[in-house]
Amino acid sequence: MVTKVSDAKKLLLNVNNLSVSFDTAEGSFDAVKSVNFDLNKGETLAIIGESGSGKSVTASVIMGILACPPGRIKSGEVFLNDLDILKLSDTDRRKLMGSKVAIIFQDTLSHLNPVFSVGSQIAECFKVHKNLSKKESWNRAVKLLERVRIPNPLKRAKDFPHQFSGGQRQRVMIAMALALEPDIIIADEPTTALDVTIQAKILELLGELRDERNMGLILITHDLAIAAEISDKVIVLNEGKIVEKGITRDVFINPNHAYTKKLMNSIPGKITKKKRKISKKFSDPILEIKNISKFYDTIACDDVSFNLFPNEVLGIVGESGSGKTTISNLILRLASPSNGKILYHGQNILNFNKKDLFNFRRKVQVVFQDPYASLNPTMNIYDIISEPWVIHSDFLDKKSHKSKVTDLLISVGLHPDDAIKFPHQFSGGQRQRIAIARALALNPEIIICDEAVSALDVSIQAQIIKLLLNLRNKFSLSYIFIAHDLPVVKDLADRVIVMKSGKIIEQGEVDNVFNFPKEKYTKDLLKASPSIEKLFS
Amino acid sequence: MRQYLSKRIFSSILAITGLFVMVFFLARLTGDPGHLYLPIDAPLEVRKEFSEKHGFNDPIYIQFGKFLGDLTDGNLGYSLRKERPAIDIVLEAIPVTLSLAAVAMSIALAGAILIGSLAAYRPNGIFDRISRVVSLTAASAPDFWVAITAILIFSVSLGWLPTSGIGGVPYWIMPIGILVIRPLGLLVQVVRGSMITALSSDFVKTARAKGVKEKVVIFKHALRNGLLPVITVAGDQAAAIANGAVIVETIFGWPGIGKLMIDSIMQRDFAVVQASILITAIVILSINIIIDIAYAVLDPRIRHK
Repeated sequence: MVTKVSDAKKLLLNVNNLSVSFDTAEGSFDAVKSVNFDLNKGETLAIIGESGSGKSVTASVIMGILACPPGRIKSGEVFLNDLDILKLSDTDRRKLMGSKVAIIFQDTLSHLNPVFSVGSQIAECFKVHKNLSKKESWNRAVKLLERVRIPNPLKRAKDFPHQFSGGQRQRVMIAMALALEPDIIIADEPTTALDVTIQAKILELLGELRDERNMGLILITHDLAIAAEISDKVIVLNEGKIVEKGITRDVFINPNHAYTKKLMNSIPGKITKKKRKISKKFSDPILEIKNISKFYDTIACDDVSFNLFPNEVLGIVGESGSGKTTISNLILRLASPSNGKILYHGQNILNFNKKDLFNFRRKVQVVFQDPYASLNPTMNIYDIISEPWVIHSDFLDKKSHKSKVTDLLISVGLHPDDAIKFPHQFSGGQRQRIAIARALALNPEIIICDEAVSALDVSIQAQIIKLLLNLRNKFSLSYIFIAHDLPVVKDLADRVIVMKSGKIIEQGEVDNVFNFPKEKYTKDLLKASPSIEKLFS
Repeated sequence: MRQYLSKRIFSSILAITGLFVMVFFLARLTGDPGHLYLPIDAPLEVRKEFSEKHGFNDPIYIQFGKFLGDLTDGNLGYSLRKERPAIDIVLEAIPVTLSLAAVAMSIALAGAILIGSLAAYRPNGIFDRISRVVSLTAASAPDFWVAITAILIFSVSLGWLPTSGIGGVPYWIMPIGILVIRPLGLLVQVVRGSMITALSSDFVKTARAKGVKEKVVIFKHALRNGLLPVITVAGDQAAAIANGAVIVETIFGWPGIGKLMIDSIMQRDFAVVQASILITAIVILSINIIIDIAYAVLDPRIRHK
């Protein structure tokens, strides 16, 4: 066994010259290149970087769960309490996993086993490492659920993962990680899929537990604002290499490396907008939503009214379940409202006959959140973009399809040769560009963007936002921009609607609502939304 | 779930009723039982009397009405050949087949779970490669040929096992062995496929990060999730055997439902055909309901729907 005397007693983890590569059919590529860092007791280290930067691979190595093959650790040492875990046998390493170092994952629905109760999944930690009795393990699991503030833990322990909300599941994950009081918790994008207010609570809980037990916390995130809010130290990874490391405040205020600077500039919410006065008083609205409601088993949308003006970006913000997507579905006529009217240039679209509706659909297009799921993997880009013209055959002569596809690809910043490729050959940002090109195919007046940039890395997000704004001017479009991410809406929208439980809480000019919110809910949302500005104050 | 089950049971009853009506009419399309039952030179009067006695001369709707009337009294008719209530004959045969099916399926399932899981643990490893070839061979082996070859080797040449008949353990070995081969081969492939998916799931990563032993990762965390598709195929296979392991029963002289059904169709023993089909249908539909229950037991997400 290799041991190393640590310089200071409080050093928990030392990663030294770690390099990891993946062997694939196309050859071997380096995912992590000579990474060095360390972590002390009671400290939070943020590892930031975009997808594919090697953040999660580094975490898997520390947790001993890197799949080998295809993964291969080329070099390096990972000292955990003076013990190089890479040199341990599987059995010895397994004893440390979960007990000395534990991990919290992003997508809790898939990371918790769907067929076992959450209580038994937490209790398993005690059975594995402490050989406690079934009953004792269970009691401790219930106590942990109580600690992470799951209401009614005695009863909820018997429930299964799908019976919890996303935020609660993350609490269950945290309880599981805490079970054996590890020295280090690695949180791999712990709040990415959560609403801002829930995210704030989870981060608060993690910080609280870190202080209570004097643990080291490694926070892996693509969200710079979160890193800014809760970390002490930060390392910036790009293509497997550490491009910058240091005290969080220093790195954020005074980034040295070009990549870090680019990341900092991509953070949404900082764009200083040139004020474009929309002559609203002189133009009629394209779309008037009048008192629409939609009832499923619950009230999805309750007495909602708003207008959309030509060439305007209207942001709709709110947490999951607030009715944002329901409104989008109603406008697209994918669902019919229970009450109310939707007027398009003064005509009620709910009274449209088949032909009117067919023509209306050209004018309203949509871009969805997940560019991996929303493009048909068996169609090439040419077919995807030209399909609307096949359906609306009178729109464009067949001979012009090719040149129009080329035009559209160029206007969304892709190459005309990309037409013969398939979706899987593109990155997430490129796929979203394809989705936008498809939405533009029928010269729409309105494009609904339903969380269209939520799945993208910050630098890509910034590019897509810029693209959307350019396209608005070029094609005189109006956008309804649905998002849970407030800074993005701040960058893009002219007016904003804040929704909660199917109702509009507040609406108005973006700058007014964001800088001088009137309603308590809006204030709470803004407060919960992490921002790097606090570092500067 | 309870509502779902009662719906399933109700639709099963409908299916049995439909099946029953069909069997009644289709059986009578095969011709006059008298042709097969009576000696080939039987005089016309004897034939008339035979038909009269058993009601075969009545218009078919009257026969059907009578059949329904008997059915409400729980009477499934008398066997022409054996002159006993048809239901008694069927109830003697069905346990033979069911015990064959139960033993064969238990062995096939247990074996497939073990082999398939280990193969899935290291896809394309040496164990996986061997098991893939062997399971494919097993899944495509013609059972009549295997059965006859086995008799030739183990009974005739080596003299280790009895050629046919029922009795103690030695009598069971060959029939069970033959019945296991095909479901085992098929199930190994299904288990392998679904376990590869289960083992690459995120929750397996979580289990490993907890320090859970690999054995537990495979046979607890992954297997519980990987079993669902396996259960469906296993149920199908079990139903196929319950439906009459005709070839095995015939070759090894086991008086099961498969052999009984074939014999009574050949003899136009309508009452026995009807009774055996009714009982097998009930067995098969019960297997399907058991699969549904197994699904709910294994997966809480289905249970809570």
